Amino acid sequence: MLDPLARLGRAGIDTLEQIGRGHLLLLGILSGFADLARRPRLLIAQLYAVGVLSLLIVAVSGTFVGMVLSLQGYYILSQFGAEQTLGVMVAASLVRELGPVVAALLFAGRAGSALTAEIGLMAATEQLSGLEMMAVNPVKRILAPRFLAGFISMPLLAAIFSALGVVGGYFVGVGLLGVDDGAFWSQMQAKIDLQGDVRNGVIKSLVFGFVCTWIALFQGYYAVPTAEGVSRATTRTVVHSSLAVLGLDFILTALMFGD
Amino acid sequence: MASVGEPLVKIRDLHYSRDKNHIFKGVDVDIARGGVTAVMGPSGTGKTTLLKLIGGQLYPDSGTIHIDGQDVHKMKTSDLYRLRMRMGMLFQSGALLTDISVFENVAYPLREHTPLPESMIRKLVLLKLEAVGLRGARDLMPSELSGGMARRVALARAIALDPGMIMYDEPFTGQDPISMGVLVKLIRSLNDASRLTSIVVSHDVQETAGIADYIYLISDGKVVDQGVPEKMMDSRSEWSRQFMKGLPDGPAAFHYRAPELEQDLMG
Ligand SMILES: Nc1ncnc2c1ncn2[C@@H]1O[C@H](COP(=O)(O)OP(=O)(O)OP(=O)(O)O)[C@@H](O)[C@H]1O
Ligand SMILES: [Mg+2]
Repeated sequence: MLDPLARLGRAGIDTLEQIGRGHLLLLGILSGFADLARRPRLLIAQLYAVGVLSLLIVAVSGTFVGMVLSLQGYYILSQFGAEQTLGVMVAASLVRELGPVVAALLFAGRAGSALTAEIGLMAATEQLSGLEMMAVNPVKRILAPRFLAGFISMPLLAAIFSALGVVGGYFVGVGLLGVDDGAFWSQMQAKIDLQGDVRNGVIKSLVFGFVCTWIALFQGYYAVPTAEGVSRATTRTVVHSSLAVLGLDFILTALMFGD
Repeated sequence: MASVGEPLVKIRDLHYSRDKNHIFKGVDVDIARGGVTAVMGPSGTGKTTLLKLIGGQLYPDSGTIHIDGQDVHKMKTSDLYRLRMRMGMLFQSGALLTDISVFENVAYPLREHTPLPESMIRKLVLLKLEAVGLRGARDLMPSELSGGMARRVALARAIALDPGMIMYDEPFTGQDPISMGVLVKLIRSLNDASRLTSIVVSHDVQETAGIADYIYLISDGKVVDQGVPEKMMDSRSEWSRQFMKGLPDGPAAFHYRAPELEQDLMG
């Protein structure tokens, strides 16, 4: 039996080892980008699998979130007679927070889990070993295009989420609740700032895309190569990604809007 | 290039363990150039593990593996990959890429490592598939193949680049008698026609003894016997005779290490 101190030590070493492996894997992936320039088709296929296939869920969710924001916002704002600023409220919440964060959570659930399962199964069925023996580096050929695809898709998905959210908010606010059409848009135009709001939102979603895809690929690549191992890895991807997104969002928000 | 008489693969005092499972306890094996060397042994003795060690996918605890005079486990990654280009490996499971067709699987190494034009790739792939009798299955997906067919496609892929050395992990398992005969002939003729070096891992004593030039018997982490096939059949070692003739009784155990059955059943 291990005494508690030894167990704590072991857990610490295991964690450090995982972190080390994760970073080595990331280095391997990044060094695969040079190859990718010569094989753009690999990237395009993954942009479709990771990005385009996530489009529907992101678009629908964005619309509904915008509609709900508008309903809730109107309820509060109208108590102060400020319903003219509904557009600003909806757009700012979406661009600064909900767009990057919710899109990233959906991305982890839709694309991240799929990536982990795919890579994990490829490992379990020896396909990755097979590639290695064919002198093809699976980290460069299989992981790198998926990573880049995730990194590129995330900000685009977040932008689509926010844009459709604004449209959803517009329909509810202006269409249903009778907020003035001109005020909705002009207030938004005046108050939403390209630097402070939009750029920071994009930075957030770039960070989230990076982290979520990294976690998904890491979990898949180092999954225990069995059915159970892959299923656990898939769950871990969603849990770890979600926590990472929410935690990083707090840190980034504090850094960007904290002063 | 080392001299022709030198073995292509030289394994010396190889030790390897997985967790607490000591798989190799000092193995010495020489794989002769241009010959078919068979590695046989009971299930679970580490034959697949040995091939992965030779391919540089696993690292030994101690001991060395030299291929063509170079230490596989001390090479730079880029050199290792260059070496693997001259090595074919038939995986026990086939290890085909499941999201592309049979044709594309066999074409994969060609597309990766050669600048050949599409028309040439097509010809080569069809020739390799013809050799394993699956030219007609070129448009199937790997999920639509039987286990034996998948293994044969994997063989076609392993020989696609005309490697200098091929490792076959259980090539005969799951083959019907006809395919089996064809495969046995194919492995032998590949070897003789292109001066290939082949390592065959198998349980099928008859077939393997039929094509091998030299046989290593591995059990319990050690080479227990070695020699040319004829000698192995009536080896001095009782253990080898039992294994080669497939007799149930003798010094070799059919069971994985376990307590006595009665004791286990009674709890
Ligand atoms: N991924 C793994 N993790 C832990 N132990 C393993 C793993 N793979 C194999 N082993 C162990 O290593 C030993 C050798 O396995 P290996 O697959 O090399 O056997 P083998 O000789 O090829 O058997 P078979 O003839 O049935 O294919 C076995 O005892 C097995 O329990
Ligand atoms: Mg095996």
